[in-house]
Amino acid sequence: MADVFWLIPFPPALSALVLILFGRVLSKRWVTIQACGAVFVSLVLSLLSFGGLLGASSEAGPLLKTLFPWIRAGAFRADFAFQFDPLAAVMVLVVTGVGFLIHVYSVGYMAHDKGYTRFFSYLNLFMFAMLILVLASNMVLMFVGWEGVGLCSYLLIGFWFERKSAADAGKKAFIVNRIGDAGFLIGLLFLLTVVGSSDFTAIGGAVQSGTIGAGLATLIALLLFVGATGKSAQIPLYIWLPDAMEGPTPVSALIHAATMVTAGVYMVARLNPLFSLSVPAGSVVAIVGAATAVFAATMALTQNDIKRVLAYSTISQLGYMFLGCGVGAYAAGIFHLVTHAFFKSLLFLSAGSVIHALSGEQDMRKMGGLRKYLPRTYKPFLVGAIAISGVPFLSGFFSKDAILTSAFAQGRYALWALGLAGAVMTAFYMFRLIFLTFHGEERLTPEAKHHLHESPKVMTVPLAILAFFSIVAGYVGLPAILGERADLFRRFLEPAIKPAGDGHLSLGSEGLLILASVAAAFLGILISYWFYIRNPRVPETLAARLPWAHKLLTNKYFVDEAVGAVIIRPLVRGSELVYTGFDLKVIDGALNGSAAVAGLMGRVLSAFQTGFVKDYAVVFLLGIALILGVLLF
Amino acid sequence: MSIPASYFFILSLVLFVLGIIAFFVKRDLISQFMAVEVMLNSANLAFLALARAAGFADAQAIVFFVITVAAAEASIGLAIVLLIFRRKKSIRTADLNSMKG
Amino acid sequence: MMIIVFFALAIMCTGSVLGMVFSRNQATSALLLVLAFASLGGLFGLLGAGFLAVVQVIIYAGAIMVLFIFVIMMINLREGISREKRAWTIVLSCATALVILGEILFAARGAVPEAAGEAGVTPTELGRLLFTKYLYPFEITSVLILAALVGAIVLVKKRES
Repeated sequence: MADVFWLIPFPPALSALVLILFGRVLSKRWVTIQACGAVFVSLVLSLLSFGGLLGASSEAGPLLKTLFPWIRAGAFRADFAFQFDPLAAVMVLVVTGVGFLIHVYSVGYMAHDKGYTRFFSYLNLFMFAMLILVLASNMVLMFVGWEGVGLCSYLLIGFWFERKSAADAGKKAFIVNRIGDAGFLIGLLFLLTVVGSSDFTAIGGAVQSGTIGAGLATLIALLLFVGATGKSAQIPLYIWLPDAMEGPTPVSALIHAATMVTAGVYMVARLNPLFSLSVPAGSVVAIVGAATAVFAATMALTQNDIKRVLAYSTISQLGYMFLGCGVGAYAAGIFHLVTHAFFKSLLFLSAGSVIHALSGEQDMRKMGGLRKYLPRTYKPFLVGAIAISGVPFLSGFFSKDAILTSAFAQGRYALWALGLAGAVMTAFYMFRLIFLTFHGEERLTPEAKHHLHESPKVMTVPLAILAFFSIVAGYVGLPAILGERADLFRRFLEPAIKPAGDGHLSLGSEGLLILASVAAAFLGILISYWFYIRNPRVPETLAARLPWAHKLLTNKYFVDEAVGAVIIRPLVRGSELVYTGFDLKVIDGALNGSAAVAGLMGRVLSAFQTGFVKDYAVVFLLGIALILGVLLF
Repeated sequence: MSIPASYFFILSLVLFVLGIIAFFVKRDLISQFMAVEVMLNSANLAFLALARAAGFADAQAIVFFVITVAAAEASIGLAIVLLIFRRKKSIRTADLNSMKG
Repeated sequence: MMIIVFFALAIMCTGSVLGMVFSRNQATSALLLVLAFASLGGLFGLLGAGFLAVVQVIIYAGAIMVLFIFVIMMINLREGISREKRAWTIVLSCATALVILGEILFAARGAVPEAAGEAGVTPTELGRLLFTKYLYPFEITSVLILAALVGAIVLVKKRES
């Protein structure tokens, strides 16, 4: 039953092809059925494959299927081949499941958009690329998917390309990603020279047999992680993700919350033997993750655009995932990836529902009191906020707690503290968002108020489904306090992910840590309540008291400006200089110069053509003398 | 004793060189044309002398043809000179440079 | 005895050509050339080409040079044309011509056979040659002369305006 896994990417691929080629002549109804249907087929195939895997033994190793031989160059082979193991199963379920729900949601959200067919063709194309990424059995093919999702991200961020800000955002995303990809490629090349193949099984074997030394492993791991920072928006390459909110909200939900940005985490988890081998690399991953988690959370505290808050939140949560992987708790990182996919896409889609209801308004300062008008949007949104804040019994609590506990167990107390601080801030800004949008006094413009309406079922039903999963998904990964065997998730992933690090905690310590997480969550919620419901004046006074802090946060620490000044402007200036100094002067000069030389030669030679026969005769004579001389001597 | 062929040959060489010098010294078309005729004749002489020394009996026929063709060429050439004179009212070569450049 | 005739003819020929070079008057040059070609005809006769000698005198000296004189008279220049003014051209061309002379001499040394060969070809034999071995050139040359004739007339004909 699991043998069907290699078919999973192809229904969306086929659908995308049909839509790209014939989309113009297809009816909207057909496009809807085809696009959503294709993803649904992939979802069914994923479920079947997953079912097949459940019954299989864990010693068998991954299922492999080579579709066709692709690159054969001497001893180097990279085939178009898929592999299926528990990690891949988890990923395809998330991608196709959440993907399907978002496709359905988009039917409602994009219903009035004139680029409806184009949107679905890109969305399907994205699904194809992402599925290739997670199913690839070698890194070269994974890189194909990696780049493919980057392309679709560009196309979808800049979907409304007539808006300059959207087009710029698309470019920014692609270029920053590219910078990460450079690191990825270099790491890949090193890997290839050492291991000789980019197959994951070969890499695992090379680590086990000791072919890769620890030093080289560190180098490769760090380079690959550079790629992950680009794709998964960590420090320093996160700057594209907030701007990516220019795209339609379903895009933000699918690509920039649930799937594409998690590709970096997936890559680290997939290469866990390599990352475990190198302790410094793991530390770097964990530190960057923790730092990003906190850094992004601070920026989310003061944002006024509802989608920007969620964007920074995504960056922050991705930091948590990397924190988990960095301390060796790869399963915990993936666990958080799964739960985050549910509640973050839920949050984005709900935000989209709010924006749709307000006819495009995204500024929270112009919202408020929407609770009574949009109940079917408010309830799922609240569930998502509670989940992400780490309130017990919802999924976010279990996954975040798993990460923080592992960090503490490894003795990384500083990282644990950072994570905890981040959790407080997460709860705070999420509930700030809730209070500003749905509670309190109404600050709507009369226009918006007039058109206020709840979203159609096709949009609210996916919200409900995602809310359901945001609640229950956590129960597959119960903490060790309830028994060693309770962590079904980690056990399921064991064939693919060998746990690293051997921190063990007593049950008492673990209980205390859980208590700390819970306390952090409630602290954040309470402070937010105080600030925005009880004492709405407090934020303003605080901002007035610490103007510089407020300015720093609201302007995102001026990072974009810094990048512009330090990197972009010198590059542009340098390019201009090179253009005028070298391109125009030297290259054009050489070309024009050679033409000028030809002209000059022509003029010189035509000076010989005086028109006088006698002059020509002189030349004849000299020529005869010369030729005779050459012939004779 | 017959006259050695080399004497004729040297004579023809001298005539040829004189023809060349005449071509460059003269400034009008007709005289230059006459110099060309001198050169032609010197070539005829050389040919006949050397052919006789080498035992090539057909040389006379060939020289016959040369003379004939030279005659035809001279008539056409002179016709052209007349035309040029009609057009430019001068046969000084210094005036004939419309093919310049 | 023949040597003396040779040298006489040679000196006459060279002398007249030299005279042609130095003369300023085209008519004088033409007449001098007539003399030169006539002596050349004599030299042809010395070489055993009797028929050719006569042909040379009749055609070259008699017809071609007469043509030249006709044209000179038609052009009717009042004053003679002075020699080339640019001295360097003369010097250069003289030098080059002498260089060529030297080269040809050098090439030809030892290559000129001394044997005198037969006494010559009689007109009969020449005729036979012309009509057998060299028939094609003969016929074609006659067409050529016709073409030259017609061409000359067409070229110089005054337009009927």
